[in-house]
Amino acid sequence: MLSKRNPQLNAHGELIHLLSIEGLPKAVLTQILDTAGTFLSVNDREVKKVPLLRGKSVFNLFFENSTRTRTTFEIAAKRLSADVINLDIARSSTAKGESLLDTIANLSAMHADMFVVRHSESGAPYLIAQHCAPHVHVVNAGDGRHAHPTQGLLDMYTIRHYKRDFTQLTVAIVGDIVHSRVARSDIHALTTLGVPEIRAVGPKTLVPGDLREMGVRVCHDMAEGIRGADVIIMLRLQNERMSGAMLPSAGEFFKNYGLTPEKLAFAKPDAIVMHPGPINRGVEIDSAVADGTQSVILPQVTFGIAVRMAVMSIIAGNNA
Amino acid sequence: MKIHIKNGRIVDPASGRDETGDIAIAAGRIVSLGKVSADFTANRTIDASGLVVAPGLVDLAVRLREPGHEHEGMLESEMAAAMAGGVTSLVCLPDTDPPLDEPGLVEMLKFRARNLNLARLYPLGALTRGLQGDTLTEMAELTEAGCVGFSQAEVACRDTLVLHRALQYASTFGYTVWLRPNDSWLGNGVAAKGPLATRLGLSGVPVIAETIALNTIFELVRDTRARVHLCRISSAAGIELIRAAKAEGLPVSCDVSVNHLHLTDVDIGYFNAAMRLTPPLRQQRDRDAIRAALADGTVDALVSDHTPVDADAKNLPFAEAEPGATGLELLLGLTLKWGTESGLPLAKSLSAVTQRPVAVLGDALDSLGSSTGRLVEGGVADLCLFDPAAHWTVRPAALRSQGKNTPFAGYELPGKVIATVVGGHVAFEAARD
Repeated sequence: MLSKRNPQLNAHGELIHLLSIEGLPKAVLTQILDTAGTFLSVNDREVKKVPLLRGKSVFNLFFENSTRTRTTFEIAAKRLSADVINLDIARSSTAKGESLLDTIANLSAMHADMFVVRHSESGAPYLIAQHCAPHVHVVNAGDGRHAHPTQGLLDMYTIRHYKRDFTQLTVAIVGDIVHSRVARSDIHALTTLGVPEIRAVGPKTLVPGDLREMGVRVCHDMAEGIRGADVIIMLRLQNERMSGAMLPSAGEFFKNYGLTPEKLAFAKPDAIVMHPGPINRGVEIDSAVADGTQSVILPQVTFGIAVRMAVMSIIAGNNA
Repeated sequence: MKIHIKNGRIVDPASGRDETGDIAIAAGRIVSLGKVSADFTANRTIDASGLVVAPGLVDLAVRLREPGHEHEGMLESEMAAAMAGGVTSLVCLPDTDPPLDEPGLVEMLKFRARNLNLARLYPLGALTRGLQGDTLTEMAELTEAGCVGFSQAEVACRDTLVLHRALQYASTFGYTVWLRPNDSWLGNGVAAKGPLATRLGLSGVPVIAETIALNTIFELVRDTRARVHLCRISSAAGIELIRAAKAEGLPVSCDVSVNHLHLTDVDIGYFNAAMRLTPPLRQQRDRDAIRAALADGTVDALVSDHTPVDADAKNLPFAEAEPGATGLELLLGLTLKWGTESGLPLAKSLSAVTQRPVAVLGDALDSLGSSTGRLVEGGVADLCLFDPAAHWTVRPAALRSQGKNTPFAGYELPGKVIATVVGGHVAFEAARD
């Protein structure tokens, strides 16, 4: 039987796994962001290490390829003094004859303390969290279209860093929302932290009307979508969606929704531009914007390490 | 074997009978109903005080998993599950491996079932060879072998021309075609399109996947006048279309599953693969429409959609998990639960799993048609004796089916099957406290 209570929290309401931002109280999000703040200085030291996870083994289980996210988790774990084991498992371990849960059982037998999991199927980290030993913690590093909670948290860290207060902001998320786990995690985090206006911007194939059910305003017109925005989050357009039934071409997408200096002028003058990376220059974002003064895309990456350190140190300190 | 059932509450949905009395059975038939003359000498007397004596249940959608999927279910295990659930007649689907597209396969299945001497088995033949949607099967041969209709199971017939011809051909000989309305292009998702699928990032099946397919089928029925049974309706909009089609006089009938009668997509919770079902669970208003339509007769039959799935095939990320749930042993309890919650008389609730599914089968039952799913003097003695006051908790490990996967684990259900009689022999008896 699957547990009915939120599997991320123990009986005391403390975070033991990070699977999704949905359902986490604001206090937990704030605790992570505050803790990340204290780790940011570690990254500036000459010896960039703290001993919080000394002797612990962190397994990076990437069932779907991602060099960037895996690297930032690896750096974060190493800065916490953990032993890091990277496993690139081809998309479907079942194709090799071993089931996902058998893989997990084998790795658990190697005395893993934490699994950082990326998987192409929504919900896979839940399955792992429900079947691993009680002392093992699971961090979702992106599952299907469902969630990418550490990206959501580093986006929140970035917004708080530049804008301080969430409760007066207008945030526009632009692009392929329907297939984006980043967008879902951002939307849950923004609503939890009290952002009054969240807009989802894109064509109806990528931003269907039922996204309203997540508490966002749906805009199909770019100018309307980013007018007066404080924060613009551009999403990466996956190659496989650039042409086909979702969109006719990358060029046409750029024409309508690509962020150019002209379109950025609709936003507030001090608006920040974010992107989870890697960026497609000339597809969703113009180089002049990506490299411009309002872009905070590279600071996002730096904050991402501190946020992942915060998540790993917090969950490692809480028992099931 | 002569059996005397004493002091039972005899409930027969077909005649409306609901009264305490006795039943005498001899040579596989009910010889007296209500009162049994004093000179009837039985080999076996069953005290049915406090029990309901009803017709054996008739389930129009069962996967026995044979041939080809024996790791998920065998005739022995699934027929035993049927007996424990009070199901005495069942229709099995053709999506086996190989599919039921040849008379020999059907004969073998019927032969094995007859030897087990448990539930009566009524196979659906494949509508097209290998369920490939290209070539019609030998429907006359398959009917002679025992098929009661023709179906594509979950494999949609994408080619409308083939479907049109299949209906033309079937209507020539009066065969019923069983179709699950699902547009194969729109219907590929793993959860119902809606807020839950959006939040969880699961690919959604829109309601229009069902309604587009229904409209296509209705046009083909108007043209061919083929008799079509529509399987596992999942949406309120689908129910409305069927209501209109019936009002128009189209020769269509339909069923819904116990899963869709009781559950909605929010039951998926945190990616619970036990809720991975086909069609996917929809929203509250769809479930409400299904419940009302089953009560008012727009929906003809309630089915278990029994699909035993191997535990390994369920212990996977939600989208990769195999759809389906075990259901034969839950059919009675879930029927009674719906009936009680809807304020229906017992006979009316039971009609959804006895007399009404038999009406869907119609002439395909031949001589058994006049008494299956009902209690008739001189008719076949297929009975389900259950204790309506007993509640039991669904414990997957205790199920007789090889498939232990059920969305209802932990539910407390009304109605405990005490004995199942098929063709005048007691095929199942529960331990009585």
